[in-house]
Amino acid sequence: MADIRSLQDAVADLVHDGDTLAMEGFTHLIPYAAAHEVIRQGITDLTLVRMTPDVIYDQLIGAGLVRKLVFSWGGNPGVGSLHRFRDAVENGWPRPLELDEHSHAGMANRYVAGASKLPFAVLRGYRGSDIPTRTDTVSTVVCPFTGEELAAVAALNPDVTVIHAQQADRAGNVQLWGLTGVQKEAALAADRVLVTVEEIVEELTPRPGGIVLPTWVIDAVSVVPGGAHPSYAAGYSTRDNAFYQAWDPIARDREAFTQWIDENVRTTEGALTR
Amino acid sequence: MNATPAGTTGFTSDELMEVNAARALADATTCFVGIGLPSTAANLARATVNPGLVLIYESGTIGSKPTRLPLSIGDGELADTADAVISVPEVFNYWLQGGRIDVGFLGAAQVDRYANINTTIVDRGPGKPEGRLPGAGGAPEIASNCGKVLMVLRHSTRNFVKRLDFVTTLGHGSGPGDRKKLGMPGAGPVAVITDLGVLRPDPATAELVLTELHPGVTVEQVRAATGWELTVADTVGTTEPPTPDELAALRALKAAGKPAAAGESGAAGKSGAARKPGAAGEPAAAGKPGKETR
Repeated sequence: MADIRSLQDAVADLVHDGDTLAMEGFTHLIPYAAAHEVIRQGITDLTLVRMTPDVIYDQLIGAGLVRKLVFSWGGNPGVGSLHRFRDAVENGWPRPLELDEHSHAGMANRYVAGASKLPFAVLRGYRGSDIPTRTDTVSTVVCPFTGEELAAVAALNPDVTVIHAQQADRAGNVQLWGLTGVQKEAALAADRVLVTVEEIVEELTPRPGGIVLPTWVIDAVSVVPGGAHPSYAAGYSTRDNAFYQAWDPIARDREAFTQWIDENVRTTEGALTR
Repeated sequence: MNATPAGTTGFTSDELMEVNAARALADATTCFVGIGLPSTAANLARATVNPGLVLIYESGTIGSKPTRLPLSIGDGELADTADAVISVPEVFNYWLQGGRIDVGFLGAAQVDRYANINTTIVDRGPGKPEGRLPGAGGAPEIASNCGKVLMVLRHSTRNFVKRLDFVTTLGHGSGPGDRKKLGMPGAGPVAVITDLGVLRPDPATAELVLTELHPGVTVEQVRAATGWELTVADTVGTTEPPTPDELAALRALKAAGKPAAAGESGAAGKSGAARKPGAAGEPAAAGKPGKETR
């Protein structure tokens, strides 16, 4: 059953040094406030998992907390490169970053296998691509019925998955809607699940296409209005495109980045997030 | 370098590229759309040559009908105007791998003579670290599973290279038959539309050849912007310049995106001043497709 608790306590309890941590959200509902709490608490040596490690992971990587990244597309959507990600890969700053790299179809299926508690998933993928030369989590398997050779991708089972959603009820049942990406699979694949929500309501009203995660698959719910900013929560906020654009010059420069993180994350004591 | 001044011809070389890319979708039913130039082309096609075109984005939207150009793959506008919003595993497994999408429309960082794509790493020479690009995203399986693939990118020797440093996404491999050998269901790239002209694979060799030039562009210009010895078709056609209606539709789509982007920045204030980036409000790359690879 999910406990409804402060973000600070939930992160301290559920996320540990050395964990494999997935913070999902496909452009929409990205759990930025939770990532900032990870940075404030200095939880380190993380293996981060995410299909699209955009600005949220640029911040964690630049803060020096990340040992390895499992991903399929790393960029600042609609703007360009992720400069902290590139600096870590190309120059090892602030520390070297190990990569496990996939395609989107492969990552999505790795989560599906993880949620299904299967060791791997199959897909018609990676054909003719050099990607399998750079990862040991893609292989091939022969279909026992047709003899067709298919790609096999290893299941992803994060220690912790963190997602952001619109609403929870007082029992800790959660509902999210709009673009729901791969969040359901990422949550069900994980050992521990933290959900930050825009608000607590008395009763969840079913929404078209909405996904309900029952309280018994979640460990903690934290109320963090605006916790997806600069991403957005449909029905509550819109994407702050100006932030993504303004991030580019900040992230290009190591000092500007460090100063930004110090001023806007490390020294804020979580005041903005509770 | 990407635009001739509008004053001389009435349109830019980017607009020529975008209009021609949209026209390439005239007969398509469904299109899996990459963000950036492909998204511009697909939305312009809906506004001009193909109003019924079904746009599918990898964020899980089917039948998006945005009235402005989306600024990212997960722009709320794509979900708000869609016929259906589905999960990411579903869009890749049931719809793309299920063979239900006609055309994949991709951009690229590097392309070679067989329309293979690199969006992963670039070799910067001895003693220098490999340059890091965003990675594969949805492209490998889009190129494999869609009925056919269209590509759009600006033409330069940086993009049109003799040898790829990494094959992220297979086009035609090293010649005819490679796709079939790999069991790829789709026909692969059928046209690469650039700001200089159009290249198409030769049916006999699968190598990209120059088949059309945009008005005012010479074969020599295209050769100079291509990193391999470009083969030119026996008869090179000239594309039609944009019609006034096409230009008006394209400019309206782009203009619609600008005030919307500015308006959305209001969300920053709501979330607290301390989370604003230092240089908030800078127009930056709003209307300018940058390194669009997804």
